[in-house]
Amino acid sequence: MLKSLNTRAALLSVGLLMLTLGVWEVSVQVPEKKEAMSEYEMLMGGADQEARVPPPSDIISLALEELGDPFYDAGPNDKGIGIQLGYSIYRVIAGFLAAAAIAIPIGFVVGMSPLMYKALNPFIQVLRPISPLAWMPLALFVIKDSEASAIFVIFICSIWPMLINTAFGVANVRMDWVNVARTHELSPMRTALTVILPAAAPTILTGMRISIGIAWLVIVAAEMLVGGTGIGYYVWNEWNNLDLASVIFSILMIGLVGMLLDLMLSAASRFVQYQE
Amino acid sequence: MSHAFLEIEGLSKRYLAANHGEGLTVFEHINFGIEKGEFVCVIGHSGCGKSTILNVLAGLDDASDGVVIMNGKEVAGPSLDRGVIFQNYSLLPWLSAMKNVAFGVQARWPTWSKDKLHEHSLKYLDLVGLKDAAHRKPSELSGGMRQRVSIARAFATQPQLLLMDEPFGALDALTRGVIQEELIKIWSESKQTVFMITHDVDEAILLSDRVLLMTNGPYARIAESVKISIPRPRNRNSIIHDPGYYKIRNHLVDFLVSRSKELSGAAGEEVRETTFVDPAIEDDDPLETDKALAKTGS
Repeated sequence: MLKSLNTRAALLSVGLLMLTLGVWEVSVQVPEKKEAMSEYEMLMGGADQEARVPPPSDIISLALEELGDPFYDAGPNDKGIGIQLGYSIYRVIAGFLAAAAIAIPIGFVVGMSPLMYKALNPFIQVLRPISPLAWMPLALFVIKDSEASAIFVIFICSIWPMLINTAFGVANVRMDWVNVARTHELSPMRTALTVILPAAAPTILTGMRISIGIAWLVIVAAEMLVGGTGIGYYVWNEWNNLDLASVIFSILMIGLVGMLLDLMLSAASRFVQYQE
Repeated sequence: MSHAFLEIEGLSKRYLAANHGEGLTVFEHINFGIEKGEFVCVIGHSGCGKSTILNVLAGLDDASDGVVIMNGKEVAGPSLDRGVIFQNYSLLPWLSAMKNVAFGVQARWPTWSKDKLHEHSLKYLDLVGLKDAAHRKPSELSGGMRQRVSIARAFATQPQLLLMDEPFGALDALTRGVIQEELIKIWSESKQTVFMITHDVDEAILLSDRVLLMTNGPYARIAESVKISIPRPRNRNSIIHDPGYYKIRNHLVDFLVSRSKELSGAAGEEVRETTFVDPAIEDDDPLETDKALAKTGS
C-alpha cells in the first residue's frame, strides 16, 4: 500500500485533474451531423451555429505553442505571453515596493505612538475600503500617463495591509523585549532596528504577502481598463478576438504567477520567523 | 544609613481611581538602604508591590513619591548601571544565546571590536556552563538554560546594581538548586550588589546577607530587615546544619504566615520604622517580641 500521505495526495490531485479535463473534453465536442448539410450551411462553410468553450486539448496545444516562444513581439496587439506577464509583474513589483517604502515606516510610527495612531486611524479607515480601481480616473487625470496610473493603483491597494500589519506588529511587541532595550539604554533608533523590527518582522511579512496577493488581483482589472500591455489587457484583447483558448490559457498563467509571487514572500517570511 | 550605596527614601506607589472613587495605595513610606556588595532579598505576599519597587529601581516604572539614590545620584530612567534579570528570562528569541549576551555587551561598550565582544560574551556564557550551547536559539534551550543565558547577559554588562525579579520562579526545584549555586559562585567572584525578589524562604536564606520582609498590601511597608548571619561560603547541603538556620527560617515563615497580615498598614497611619533583627542570635522568643510590636503599631 502507499504509505506516504504526500504520494497519495499527489495521486488524488492528478486523478481529479484527469477527471475534470476528461469531462470537459467530452462535453464540448461538436455533435456528429446526421443529416447532410443544408444549402445554408454549405454557404456558411459548414460553420457550427453554436459557440463552444474550447476543449482542454486545444488549450494545451495553444499553451505549448505560446510557451515555446513566450517573448515574440509582432506589433502592439500581438506580443508573447512572457512579455505581457513581464509588464504586469513589473507594474505589481514597482507599485508594491513604493507602497512598502511608505507603509512600513508609517506603520512603525503609528504602531509606536498612540497619538499618531489616533490621529491617522480615521484616514486609514476611510481610505482602506475604497476599491483601488475607483482611483483610476483621478490617477489618469492627475498623472496623465496610463502606465504610471496602473502602478499608482497597485501602490494604493498594497499600502493598506502592509500599513495595518506593521502598526499591529509594532504595537504588540512584547513589553519584556522593549524593557530589555530600555535597561540597555538603547537609543530609540537602535531599539527600533535591533528589537522592534525583528520582533515585528513576521507580522510585517504577513502584511506584505496579503498586499502582493491583492496587487496581483488588481493589476488584471487595471490593465483591462488602461489597455496597451500586460496580462489583463491580453485577456481582454483575446476576448475581443473571440479567442477563448487564449483567454483560458492566460487565466491559468495569472494563477500560476500569483502563486509564484506568494511562494516568494512565504520563503522570505521563513527567514524572519522566530520561535518564542 | 544615610551614606549607603543605594538609598530608597519615602517611596510610595498610588493608583488614582476612576470615577472619583478611592485610589489604591500599593505601598508607602518605603525606606531602606543597601551597602555595596550586599545581597539583599525581599519577601512578601503577591500584591504587596515588590515588583513595582524593583521596576522603580530599574527605572522602568515611576514611583508616586520618594526618591532612589544610587552612589549619591538620583535614579531617573533605566540605565546600564542597573542590570535586570526578569522571571521570564526576556531573551530575544531571534538571537542565539551568544548574540543575546553580546547584545548587552555591545550596548555597554559600543566601541569594542567584534573579537573583544565575542571573547567577553563567551567568557560569561562559559561561567554559566553554556559555552557549548552558544549558537542555540532560546527556543532550543530549556527553562534553566535560558535563565542562565539571562544571568550571563546581566553579569557580562557588569552593572553596579543587579536587580532580579523572582529569577528562579519558573524553574523546577532541582534546576533551581543548581542555578542558585552557580549564582553564588558568580556573585562571590564579582561581588555585585544584588537586590532580589523571591517567594522562596530557603532561597533567600541561601543567597542573601539580609532579607527585607514586606507586609501585605495595600499600604504595604517593609516591616523587618532580617540579617542572615550564616557564614559564607554557603551551599545547599551544609547550610541546613548551621545552628542559626532554623531560627531564621522559622522567623521568616512565621512572618509570611501571620505577621505579614497583622503588621500591614492602613490609610493615614503614622510612619513606622523598620525593625532590624538577627534571629540567629536572639535568645527570646521572636513571636513574643512581634506581638508586642504589633500592639504598639496598631
